[in-house]
Amino acid sequence: MNLNGIDDTPKMSWWSRLAHPGQFLSWTRPLIWPLAALTLVLMLVGLWFAFFNSPADYQMGDTVRIMYVHVPTAWLSQFVYAAMSVSALGTLVWRHPLADVSMKAAAPLGAAFTAMALFTGSMWGRPTWGTFWEWDGRMTSTLILLFIYLGIIALWRAFDDQLRAARVVAVFTLVGAVNVPIIKFSVDWWSTLHQPASVFRADGPTMPGSLLTPLFVMFFAFTLLFVTLQLLAMHTEIRRRRLITLERRAAQGDAL
Amino acid sequence: MSGFLGVLQRELRLNLSGGGEVLTLVLFFIIVGAIVPFAIGPDQVLLASIAPGIIWIAAFLAMLLGLDRLFRPDRDDGTLALYRLADMSMAGVVAAKVIAHWLTTALPLIIASPFLAMILAMDGPTFARTALSLLLGTPALAAFGAFGAAVTVAIRRGGLLAPILIAPLCVPVLIFGVGAIAPLGGPDQASSAMLFLAALSLMALALSPFAAALAIDWGEE
Amino acid sequence: MTQGQVQHRINLKTQALACGRGDAVLVADLSLEVAAGSALLLRGPNGAGKSTLLLTLAGLLRPISGTLVFEGADPEAGPFIHHCGHKNAVRPRLTVLETLRFWADLNGSGPLPPAAALERVGLARTARVDAGYLSAGQQRRLVLARLLVSPRPVWLLDEPSAALDAAGRELMAALLVDHLESGGLAVIATHDDIALPGAATLTLGAEA
Repeated sequence: MNLNGIDDTPKMSWWSRLAHPGQFLSWTRPLIWPLAALTLVLMLVGLWFAFFNSPADYQMGDTVRIMYVHVPTAWLSQFVYAAMSVSALGTLVWRHPLADVSMKAAAPLGAAFTAMALFTGSMWGRPTWGTFWEWDGRMTSTLILLFIYLGIIALWRAFDDQLRAARVVAVFTLVGAVNVPIIKFSVDWWSTLHQPASVFRADGPTMPGSLLTPLFVMFFAFTLLFVTLQLLAMHTEIRRRRLITLERRAAQGDAL
Repeated sequence: MSGFLGVLQRELRLNLSGGGEVLTLVLFFIIVGAIVPFAIGPDQVLLASIAPGIIWIAAFLAMLLGLDRLFRPDRDDGTLALYRLADMSMAGVVAAKVIAHWLTTALPLIIASPFLAMILAMDGPTFARTALSLLLGTPALAAFGAFGAAVTVAIRRGGLLAPILIAPLCVPVLIFGVGAIAPLGGPDQASSAMLFLAALSLMALALSPFAAALAIDWGEE
Repeated sequence: MTQGQVQHRINLKTQALACGRGDAVLVADLSLEVAAGSALLLRGPNGAGKSTLLLTLAGLLRPISGTLVFEGADPEAGPFIHHCGHKNAVRPRLTVLETLRFWADLNGSGPLPPAAALERVGLARTARVDAGYLSAGQQRRLVLARLLVSPRPVWLLDEPSAALDAAGRELMAALLVDHLESGGLAVIATHDDIALPGAATLTLGAEA
């Protein structure tokens, strides 16, 4: 607080601070279509590889192809949380409104990718383990990660004042980030005690190139998909906030 | 320091003096534990094998139930604003509250746990481990709980949100808490679980007052 | 006189201060100056932003823009502001004396012991009573006692005279005069007439 006469942050009104998000809008708008097109191309190439140009596993048959969706989404479930944590730092340290927006846009995307990873994981689990749900270490910690994402979304929705929400959610996100490795460690410890080691490891070093190529393509396709969706969601959120501000100003009769 | 003791004393007075919720929470703990046999049948062997888990779940739920009274009454009556202008840091206030919360919720549960252990057919050594693991693990639950309550205190109807937010964060506490009692991997694993549990509690106690204070300050201003 | 000591002299200055709740601006472009030893009365209709301004001055709300300076404040010496909002922070199940002792513990105690402060505000006989049984006016008097047990040079009072009877208002005015004479500063939002000689008045929301 500025009680000591030291003006540490430039203080502007909420809507004039939106000037920065405005610049963000204008320089990112031309990026969206190329990104979307690139994502689509990579996705099509990846799917073509996955369906037609990669061998079926000698044990698991065609179900191995689920991997090309499962592994990228599982990676994204963690990557999005990392992106959210960086945005949370931006909110806490620099109080940048764009960081708030990025944090808010990422949460539903992260939840969606995590849910997809769980869904494809259980689709894969049915033929491999013989059951849709196995309390395997990775699956379990992904499930808990989904709960954390959903809690963050619920927290966002519970606040009326979005500026205040951003700071509180940022604190929670960072505490979550500290906890995620602990949760992962504890769940691994727990699952190895309760059952023999994982039945199947997708990231085995012995994976042949015929599987790796489509995996990498899909990997980049999904990451780009996230980037594109994140940009779109940020644009939507910025516009939504502008709209609210405009409505409020109209309601105040533009007294200011 | 006088502020810290003042907050601690006030919390204890409010929670313990007439009509406090301490007995209600203990009753809730006992009833949750006692209701399980009705759901799964009175098989002594089965009950004994899952008793540590039941006791931990009951303690976990009882501690979540008591969260809403941690900061919300203070916010409603204006004491929270007073804390923010007090001659002590908000983290100090939160730390005092965490200690009081543990003393008035976790400790009574641990004292009441022999009764549950008896009706759930637990043997003596297992119960001793259960009591120890509760003693070591509940401080982490209290610390995480205080953080959850702090994050939701600015929300008008945040009562249900705090348990949802912090339950995933408490998974390691449950895992190591029960792991320290029912050693599937042998006594070595159990004692390492006990150490992990103590480490978790220490870490949570050390960090949560600061995180909670940050959440309160920023949620209010 | 119970409050003999001389306060640390602090002047309040704001420049182009705008404050509000969330992103709704209630008070805009406010430049004011309150010197040590003087008082400012805030007036204005309901919703004009008096309480919000007081919260902002207290540092409980972040100013939307502009600067806010307390000249002469020593940040090392701990908090120097008393803020009394609408809520009394009085909790049932604690006695009146316990409540006041808790506040003294929290805010740092001065030369005046809690029991003497209760006597000063006319609550000596209720010291052992559950604070929840106090009437609204008595609770307000208890809040005044909070100002006395921990001497702080800046008082920000939000409708301190609400629910006070005639004797209570006289008491409050007397306490304020003592506070100002010892070099303190006060900003008071009120709808009542408070007998404070030489107090400046700022009317908010008049131009809107």
